[in-house]
Amino acid sequence: MDPDKNIIDVRDLVKNFKGFTAVDSINFEVKRGDIFAFLGPNGAGKTTTIKMLTTLLGPSSGTIFLNGIDVVKEAEKARKSFGIVFQDPSLDDELTAYENMEFHAILYGIGKTTRTERIKELLNYVELWERRKDLVKTFSGGMKRRLEIARGLLHHPKILFLDEPTSGLDPQTRNHIWDYIKKLNSSEKITVFFTTHYIEEADRYAKDIAIMDHGKIVTKDTPENLKKKTNSKDLEAAFLRLTGTTIRDEEASGIDRLRMRSRVWGGRR
Amino acid sequence: MNAVYILWKREIIRYFRSRARIVGSLGQPLLFLIALGFGLGPVFQRAGQGNYFEFLGPGVVSMGILFTGIFAGIQIIWDRQFGFLKETLVAPVSRFEIMLGKALGGATVAFMQGVFVFVLTLLLGVRISSLAFLPIALVSMFLIALFFTALGIAIASLFEDMQGFQLVMNFVVQPTFFLSGALFPLSGVPKFLQLIASFDPLSYGVDAVRGAVTGQSHFGMGIDITVLVVLTFTVLAIGSYLFSKIEI
Ligand SMILES: Nc1ncnc2c1ncn2[C@@H]1O[C@H](COP(=O)(O)OP(=O)(O)OP(=O)(O)O)[C@@H](O)[C@H]1O
Ligand SMILES: [Mg+2]
Repeated sequence: MDPDKNIIDVRDLVKNFKGFTAVDSINFEVKRGDIFAFLGPNGAGKTTTIKMLTTLLGPSSGTIFLNGIDVVKEAEKARKSFGIVFQDPSLDDELTAYENMEFHAILYGIGKTTRTERIKELLNYVELWERRKDLVKTFSGGMKRRLEIARGLLHHPKILFLDEPTSGLDPQTRNHIWDYIKKLNSSEKITVFFTTHYIEEADRYAKDIAIMDHGKIVTKDTPENLKKKTNSKDLEAAFLRLTGTTIRDEEASGIDRLRMRSRVWGGRR
Repeated sequence: MNAVYILWKREIIRYFRSRARIVGSLGQPLLFLIALGFGLGPVFQRAGQGNYFEFLGPGVVSMGILFTGIFAGIQIIWDRQFGFLKETLVAPVSRFEIMLGKALGGATVAFMQGVFVFVLTLLLGVRISSLAFLPIALVSMFLIALFFTALGIAIASLFEDMQGFQLVMNFVVQPTFFLSGALFPLSGVPKFLQLIASFDPLSYGVDAVRGAVTGQSHFGMGIDITVLVVLTFTVLAIGSYLFSKIEI
């Protein structure tokens, strides 16, 4: 293990949910400064892995090092080193864009002057400065996503986790978001770890790819090598060759049920 | 400590932003005051028990705090459902600070709701027997608020979704209110009811507020406040333990 080279280092990571193994002894490392794609069909275990990497779920076994910090043993310290954009929305709809940013900044212990500057800089960066005083519930899906990315960057993280950052967005917004991410990666040297179901995004932006299926890592390689290895003309064909063409019918988890119900309750807010 | 502050502030901002909710939740107390206060007042008076409206006032104030407090605590389920809880839990602050910030924020909101109902009872004719006791009434109100908010958080930590909510309303909140002596004097009721009421935390809360406002209490204000303080710390401890176990 060499934290100067590999900013993420995962060994024999396992997560069991009551008799079901969602993540089945996976190993991988991510090089410092890389853009790393974590691909896999629905229910492969991507989000579960990210939750363990970001201290939201305790692993059943295995070790995780982020930037040289043991995530299980030093959760609070590890949390300072990454930013995350979750798969599901995680903004407070009843607060304004600015208040959401401020909440985050104070939670992360950013002092007043730095805070004000940084929030302005980032909101400008994602082109939401003009809308800072509007309640988030009046935002479109793309605007919320941009706000979440800006928020994830507030505390200068070393690693940015993006769980399907572009799902449900139009091509314009997706390109826009990827422009930011690339810029960040080159100018601030942030390591980016992302998942997506738009395989061409991985082809275009990722330096390294891991493909996961049924809780296991099927393969790890560069996009070019994956295409070469499987004799495919594009990465999507390679992906299908590696993970099969059957549709995944995973069990609805508690969170899935919650999500369904939140749609029903959604009208109340 | 900054974390506690910003979590507290979030509750306050959200509370004042939903003015409709503030006004709406004054409806039920108002109904109790008018229907029971004015409705049963004459009977109470004829039975030689004095002014029922003044007796009922502190009970209804406590009711407002109970409902708002529990609800504020239970809001965590919503935060979970709408995803915001993840943002809080992934931040580099301890679970205890998060729980404390939420509890203090919810308690402040419930306390303010109590103050509004209190003002309502004053407008409708309740007189404070001695102004010197007013601070005790306010402290008791805040303790009730903190206790029930923390209880709401503890309960919410056990549920993944809103299915449990109705259960809580029917088996925790309603009995707590109706069996507490908020609506009737505890002296003179059958022994079993007295016994049940003495296990009901709200009984002590109501009694403390009533003691401070009308000058008459059942258990004695010293006992009331002691019980409230002990219970509040206990439930805060239990709540933080349960909250620290939440997985998303
Ligand atoms: N809390 C939970 N309890 C039980 N099972 C769970 C829980 N969370 C996830 N799972 C299950 O673990 C498996 C992996 O889920 P996960 O969300 O990690 O998949 P994913 O790769 O992110 O899929 P998607 O692309 O659809 O987001 C699924 O079968 C899911 O139902
Ligand atoms: Mg996922």
